[in-house]
Amino acid sequence: MDPIIILHAGIASGTVLLFATIGEIFTERSGILNLGLEGMMLIGAMSAYKTALATGNPWLGVFVAMLAAGLLSQVHAIITIQLQADQVVSGLALTFLGTGLSLVFGEGLSKAGAVALLPSFSIPGLVSIPFLGPIMFEDQSVMVYLGYLLVPLAWYYINRTRPGLHLRAIGEYPAAADALGINVNRLRYFYVLVGGMLAGVAGATISLAVSPGWFSHLTTSGQGWIAIGLVIFAQWDPIRAAGGSYAFGALRRMILDIQGPMKIFGLRNPFYYNPYWGFFLQMLPYAFTIVVLVIGSREAIRKRMGSPAALGLPYIRGERGL
Amino acid sequence: MTTKPSLFAQYRGGARFRLRMEPRMKQPGWLGLIVSLGAVTFALVLGGIVLMLVGGDPFRAYAFMAKAAFGDIGVFSDTLVKATPLILVSLAAVVAFRMRLWNIGAEGQFYLGAFGASLVVLTPILPPETSPWLMIPAMMIMGMLAGALWGFIPGYLKAKYNVNEIISTLMMNYIAVAWNNYFIFDVWSEGGFQMSRQFPKTAWLPRLTDYSAQVPMFRGLTIHLGFVIALIAAGVVWWIMYRSRWGYEIRLIGDNPRAARYAGINIVRNTILVMMLSGALAGLGGMLEISGVVHRLQGAISSGYGFTGIIIAWLAKLNPILVVPISILFGGLLLAGREIQPSGIPMLIQGIILVCLIGSDFLLRNRIRLVQIGQEA
Repeated sequence: MDPIIILHAGIASGTVLLFATIGEIFTERSGILNLGLEGMMLIGAMSAYKTALATGNPWLGVFVAMLAAGLLSQVHAIITIQLQADQVVSGLALTFLGTGLSLVFGEGLSKAGAVALLPSFSIPGLVSIPFLGPIMFEDQSVMVYLGYLLVPLAWYYINRTRPGLHLRAIGEYPAAADALGINVNRLRYFYVLVGGMLAGVAGATISLAVSPGWFSHLTTSGQGWIAIGLVIFAQWDPIRAAGGSYAFGALRRMILDIQGPMKIFGLRNPFYYNPYWGFFLQMLPYAFTIVVLVIGSREAIRKRMGSPAALGLPYIRGERGL
Repeated sequence: MTTKPSLFAQYRGGARFRLRMEPRMKQPGWLGLIVSLGAVTFALVLGGIVLMLVGGDPFRAYAFMAKAAFGDIGVFSDTLVKATPLILVSLAAVVAFRMRLWNIGAEGQFYLGAFGASLVVLTPILPPETSPWLMIPAMMIMGMLAGALWGFIPGYLKAKYNVNEIISTLMMNYIAVAWNNYFIFDVWSEGGFQMSRQFPKTAWLPRLTDYSAQVPMFRGLTIHLGFVIALIAAGVVWWIMYRSRWGYEIRLIGDNPRAARYAGINIVRNTILVMMLSGALAGLGGMLEISGVVHRLQGAISSGYGFTGIIIAWLAKLNPILVVPISILFGGLLLAGREIQPSGIPMLIQGIILVCLIGSDFLLRNRIRLVQIGQEA
């Protein structure tokens, strides 16, 4: 129950949620709700692991994961943008499809053995910052550091650049964006792809860095859905997404650690004496997601802000929207 | 009528043609059926291609599945046993989806229903020698109550705090599984095994095979009373949706929430009630499964029924009566799928079917025509 260890491991495990959440923020900001995160992450985790196993190159694994999850995301894009189908149902279908595909192509992979993982290292200099150094910059996976970079970049892109302005426009008021000569649907395809590829990276981060291996559908164990909850909590803001993701990562780690010692805070540890109480600890991330959703929704009502206005609606030129 | 810009332009025999889409003003009644059948066929072809990619023989696999599910009266009875929980979770999806409430939590409500029914037998609330005439209805009621409670929580959060029900119901699934596991591993564990002790016979739903002494034909037929209860539930849901005032309100909210609000319909109350009805139906499914099939509380009583129910509900176009035959087909798919390797195949085929199905809705709303360029009106 060392807080440094919990936070250190929490950041690593939160990085998975971070990639998935920021990817979904891009997709939802463009007006497309993609509930298929879980399926895309599974495809990413499976294909990354399989590729790394076959070639011995984990980076190639990450690349293939982005490709596979990106490809899967385009199924959702075609169905919701071109064929204007319901985005909720299509996202669910994508989850089934991704889960099914990764189970079929990942058959036997769980017994595959050791694989080359993504490298871990410390950042010289930064590691000697008191408290934060050992947590953030000591012996973390390269994906964790990429996550640190992604957060400010994503925020800057969305809020301070011209393409980011276009992204927000097509999600808030596509008809106005269209009138300005922005190709709404082409951009939406693009941002669904971005979301898919980042979900693929999230999957690869699980299977090649954070908790290496392929454990069929348990590999993600609902993290794709937690990420979708985090998007709402984050109010579609990458910086808040980072806070939420790392907090959830730390929570997941704490649940593992809390069952270890015989005493916590000088008291008898009930989770040590009855390991089955651990099932209640297992519920915590999911219960917390619901709590986080309540907080996010109440705040949205209070501040009178909320999801991108056109989220979930197909854009059909000439039809009165909004 | 407005026409939309063309999707593709192409040459055909010298003359230039393009595909043009026009919104349909009205749909002929037969079109829905044709398009759905077409989509499912297309999905099976795609599934076959994937099967080939992983080194299987799709024709043999499909033929095997058809035989393993519908080949003779014995396996058909097993198929109906599989269809029973599917009918109930699909009905759960139908009532919620009709109001555009995305209850993805039928899986968890199913588990809680099994738990609620087990409470009656294992606490025990009723002693084992209780007459089945009291035991079974008590289990049904407790199963439905527990499922309804599991639906109430996300329903309340949706109605009061506008919490996205897709995510909350999904999270409730994971919580339900962990909850049941605690009872299976610890409280009700039988001799350290991850299951409860077997229920007394008074808590078993009667099966046809139980009467094989009187009717020899019934020997080995595992179909149980739960199938009949599921059929009744389908009829009741149909009556609620299309013959009652409540169903009218549900459909109106689903079609046009603004109009419903102006008409004075209480959306908050209906959101909570529909989620509870949906949960109760799924919970009843869980109760029927443990009382009719496994006869004890254990893990893995559902192989993703809650999710299959979503596909069935969509395939049935949210029609409670159509849910029954489609559930039987999917029951066959699940039954036969157990013996197909790799194990992800049934899940994959379900996913492909759902993708094709929702994609094909486009053909219902739009007409696609080949027009010669220059000849356009």
